[in-house]
Amino acid sequence: MIGTLKSLWAVGLKLFAPTQTQGYPEVKPALAPRYRGRIILSRDPDGQERCVACNLCAVVCPVDCIEVVKAETVEGRWYPETFRINFARCIFCGLCEEACPTAAIQLTPDFELADYARSSLVYDKPDLLIAGKGKYPGYRYWDVAGKTAPPNTDPKDLAP
Amino acid sequence: MSGWLVILASAVLIAGLLVAAGVFTWVERRLLGFLQERLGPNRVGPFGFLQWVADTVKLLTKEDAPPEGADVIAFRLAPALAALPILAGFGVVAFGDGLAIAPLDMGVVFATAMLALTVYALVLGAWASRNRYALLGGLRAAAQMIAYEAFLGLSLMGVVLIAGSFAMADIVAAQKGAWFILVQPLGAVLFFIASLAAAHRLPFDLQESETDLVAGFMTEYSGMSFALFFLGEYVAILLVSALAVTLFLGGWLGPWLPGPVWFGLKVGAVALLFIWVRAALPRPRYDQLIAFAWKLALPLALLNLLLTGWVVVA
Amino acid sequence: MTVRLTIDGRQVEAQEGEDLLTACTNAGVEVPHFCWHRAMGSIGACRLCAVKVRRHEADPGTIEMACMIPVADGQHIDIADPEAAAFRGHVIEWLMRNHPHDCAVCEEGGDCRLQDMTIASGHHLRRAGPDKRIHRNQYLGPLITHEMNRCIACYRCTRFYRGVAGGRDLDVFGAHDRVYFGRAEDGVLESPFAGNLAEICPTGVFNDRGWSKVYARPWDMLETPSVCPHCAVGCNIGLSVRANRLRRVISRSHPAINADFLCDRGRYGPLFIEGPSALKAARHHGHAVPLRTALDQAQEAIAVSAALGGAIGIGSPRASLEANYALRRLVGPEHFFAGLDAAEVALHRRLAAHLANASIASLADIAAADAILVLGEDLTGTAPMAALAVRQASRAAERALAAEKHVPAFLDNAVRVAGEGRRAPLVLVTPVPDALDAIATHPLRRAPADIAGFGHAIAAALAGKRADPDASAAAAALAAASAPVIIAGAGLGDPAVLDAAAAIATALNPRARLALFPAEANSLGLALLGGEGLEAAADVPGRGAVVVLENDLHSRCDPATIARLFADRAVIALDCVETATTAIAHTVVPVASFADAAGTCINHEGRAQRTIAARPDSAPAAWRVLAAFGGGAEAGLDDLQVALARDCPQFAAIAAAAPAASYRTPSGRIARAPARFSGRTASDSAGGDAAPPRDPDSPFSWTMEGGALPAELFQGVRILAAAALPPPAQAPAIGGAGLILIPLHDPFSVSETDRASTILAARAPGPQLRLHPADAARLKLAEGAIVSVEGRTVPLVLDKHIPIGHAGLTTRRTTPRRLMPEGSK
Repeated sequence: MIGTLKSLWAVGLKLFAPTQTQGYPEVKPALAPRYRGRIILSRDPDGQERCVACNLCAVVCPVDCIEVVKAETVEGRWYPETFRINFARCIFCGLCEEACPTAAIQLTPDFELADYARSSLVYDKPDLLIAGKGKYPGYRYWDVAGKTAPPNTDPKDLAP
Repeated sequence: MSGWLVILASAVLIAGLLVAAGVFTWVERRLLGFLQERLGPNRVGPFGFLQWVADTVKLLTKEDAPPEGADVIAFRLAPALAALPILAGFGVVAFGDGLAIAPLDMGVVFATAMLALTVYALVLGAWASRNRYALLGGLRAAAQMIAYEAFLGLSLMGVVLIAGSFAMADIVAAQKGAWFILVQPLGAVLFFIASLAAAHRLPFDLQESETDLVAGFMTEYSGMSFALFFLGEYVAILLVSALAVTLFLGGWLGPWLPGPVWFGLKVGAVALLFIWVRAALPRPRYDQLIAFAWKLALPLALLNLLLTGWVVVA
Repeated sequence: MTVRLTIDGRQVEAQEGEDLLTACTNAGVEVPHFCWHRAMGSIGACRLCAVKVRRHEADPGTIEMACMIPVADGQHIDIADPEAAAFRGHVIEWLMRNHPHDCAVCEEGGDCRLQDMTIASGHHLRRAGPDKRIHRNQYLGPLITHEMNRCIACYRCTRFYRGVAGGRDLDVFGAHDRVYFGRAEDGVLESPFAGNLAEICPTGVFNDRGWSKVYARPWDMLETPSVCPHCAVGCNIGLSVRANRLRRVISRSHPAINADFLCDRGRYGPLFIEGPSALKAARHHGHAVPLRTALDQAQEAIAVSAALGGAIGIGSPRASLEANYALRRLVGPEHFFAGLDAAEVALHRRLAAHLANASIASLADIAAADAILVLGEDLTGTAPMAALAVRQASRAAERALAAEKHVPAFLDNAVRVAGEGRRAPLVLVTPVPDALDAIATHPLRRAPADIAGFGHAIAAALAGKRADPDASAAAAALAAASAPVIIAGAGLGDPAVLDAAAAIATALNPRARLALFPAEANSLGLALLGGEGLEAAADVPGRGAVVVLENDLHSRCDPATIARLFADRAVIALDCVETATTAIAHTVVPVASFADAAGTCINHEGRAQRTIAARPDSAPAAWRVLAAFGGGAEAGLDDLQVALARDCPQFAAIAAAAPAASYRTPSGRIARAPARFSGRTASDSAGGDAAPPRDPDSPFSWTMEGGALPAELFQGVRILAAAALPPPAQAPAIGGAGLILIPLHDPFSVSETDRASTILAARAPGPQLRLHPADAARLKLAEGAIVSVEGRTVPLVLDKHIPIGHAGLTTRRTTPRRLMPEGSK
């Protein structure tokens, strides 16, 4: 009985507490750089696309909304021929970013993705690929993959 | 009053009640918002006032189809029965001195009877839905109504004893000296608790408790049928508030302002109390709810009646 | 003799003479390893199979390499022992010291032993810097990629390539931390088994180049069991499909056929269904038409044929048994022809009859033989996996000598050294030098017409009669063996060779087994179904339509017969590739290839094996189309097989080749997709998608829903029953002038479907004519000249191993005949 009255009193007091609601969209929220919003594909410091079509993002995706198809340049560098993310399915869990060995796929603090047609939520590579390096400015996967010889190597050392 | 005038007054009253119920949903949502440190609906119209209009339009345009295997006639009849008896109950409410559409001698009994009739709508809708959640909700509604209607009636008998009349106007007139809430504090508290249950309001809304029954008897309802159940609930709040005001808070009595204004303000205040209770109190377990009614509330109401009778007779 | 072991506290039994790793594997306990392979034994190169071995319960134990230690009674093996686990973790760390961090761009990723073992060992942080040992990679031809940096030096590649497949051009170079596995210089790997490197390499040094071009991760592909359609061996294969595209072919283990490996024709040949000449669209009188229109036109042409003497059906040894049967039922048995010339029909009928009365050798039997006679067959060309089995059998003598010296059989390298290079008797009688000559104890050359005679001479020598010295020596070698195998086939087109082989097998009864290799995947099924040759088809009176089922008649008989057959008749061709026949047919109906339709083929040992559709969206199965033409109401393969068993009782058993469509695992259907199939919702727009298709002919689902493949139910069933042998064949009289044909068989390309595989065509040397220099001089032809023969133009190669008066020609039609090569402009 007393408890009931106490909770009535406590809740009633809230009537005079300031509200927590933010007036979006008039007031834009301040989001952390690591906020998990719209997904982008970034580029290497040398301007080439980072994605090597390894499919790890696709396989880790819990809702299976990423599809990657591998292709190869004449130099043997892998790249995605198709990179598709269905934002109608995406749950923005960020596992794809965690799985990405090349820091290509990154989540950004942009969550304003609403659209009237589901089909326009299917983003292909041109919609995803940005010009910049995103959150990891100096990283280049090919420098740490362990397949390129240091610059001062004697070519004879590479022969069988 | 002549026949035509009664019909006209009834139409005005029903229209007013519908609007009041709509506005009340907005008030409830905003007030709940503030009680939870939110804003509540604030987009449609000034301060979101027209939210209820938007909701009504939305509900009117939504698909409203009976589920497969439902008893279609009963399914359609139930929502209509939900609001109708409550609106009828307002016929006996005295809004001011002599301001009642049908000033029956048995006004209080009629109003509580009308309130009790809504359970038929609930059980009917639950049965017709052919849904196990709905049926469980309907069963709970029936048992709860029996339990709480019993001491709802007994709790107000003290007032009737003192006033010596079942007519609303007489009861209000009897409070010229002191409001009955001062004379019958236990009766007033019991009546308020019972009226929460009669209006199916939190914390006593176990027949539609969404945490375990989805939406109870309303699970299969959508669109306008859903809206009618909704309307029934909100009009019921207004009716039990009006009854509480009439029986315990002096009805239209008050200084300076005209009677109907006093009546409206008091009804509003009681209705706000309903919202406050909803915001603050958790839902009891079902067995706790029923045990409270039979084992505590009913004996207390009988005791109250006994004491009152002894005082009045003595 | 069995010994008792305790593996991680569990009592198991093992065979004496086994190594610990094999014993653990047989007991169902996984021991981490890279270099050990059940087909290649132990070599102890990778040091990963370290386990704690205790000689008895109280022994503190020592760390041993499980693959190098023989089992002994009472041993305790602790795989999970912390010391052993730490040891293995160190081995992994050493291997990872130089292994690049490029799993992201490695085709092996997701199906990589090194990945699995690294994760299992718990090595997930590198302590070494990023600098690695770097190698230059080589170009190894169109089939295999090379990325030497990934190598962990397990030696599996050279052990397979040199030790198992007998290749010479892949080797190991260098020393200590710079060993290099490759060729002396860039170039195409010569062995026709090079594709296996992609499968046996435990990491990503060698990979399937064809798969890499249309890459999908292993977990992203639908896996369907199938049977290779490219020769009569009928190796079991797995087809990997994503987005309705066949991405790669892998070997699927069958204990009696291809236990671990696959030839390149089988690995890359099935990709013909994705090649540019795959038949996709229907045509009518040269114009592309919808499939429905073509089907209606064909049905009408067949319907009006009833008044014109009836329609003619031309079957095919490439098509499934069900398709041939549906055609036979449509046109009637008397109007059904085999789609081969009369000589080849007779040849295969004789082959079937001999097999029915013989003790048949499977590839496993061949590999286990201790003496082999190959009579006239170029096995590497006609049945490459049989040649691989012969190579394993020839090591029997080596193993026997090593066993005499008490060298454990599992120590592969030690057995090779102790065996002193001894070879089991292999009598190889061929008209021209053969790929197996290097391992043959008796490499013998005879002209095509003399091979049967030589075979009979061996049979005579076995019966104690006098024969020429070669035959006597061969007979002695075979007679001394405990499990000899006699191999012949359709490769020379000479039924007398089959008679001779059967006679030798009979003389060696009951020890000998007989293996006769028909020309194509379903040649035996077609022979058992019946149907005369194309010459008889051309003689049928009337003007009814002729239905050609999955067959290029231009490679089957001479052009005049085709002209006679097609004259005044509506020609309806059903096929899955463009051929010379579809080019001239009036109505062309695309039908499902072996990879898109359920069906049955009968392999060389009379084993009925089932193919299953591997792509969800394809042309209709030929048998479905033909059954519909005749008003047949069969809903699926199982119903058609019931009708087939009723009409042709010799095939009553084929339903047991694989489970019926109604079969269910405890989890429902059999799932084609792995559990972690990705990207399913990438293009999905919530609710608008149709339900996944159903496969009416097999118990497989097209999704990840269902249970695992019960492999033991997909091993086919032998159906040959003893039959009366027809009278001995007459030696084919080859009249006329010109050079006698020696059919040459290319391991990479035999049929139109082989040629339709882009990747295989890039590897195949192409058809050629080989002449003795003297004959060439007589015909005034020079080396490299483009020569016109039988309407084909082929380059001329001078080869002094070709007997004078003979001409070697890459050809599919082996019927003995004479060739008249002419210089072409």
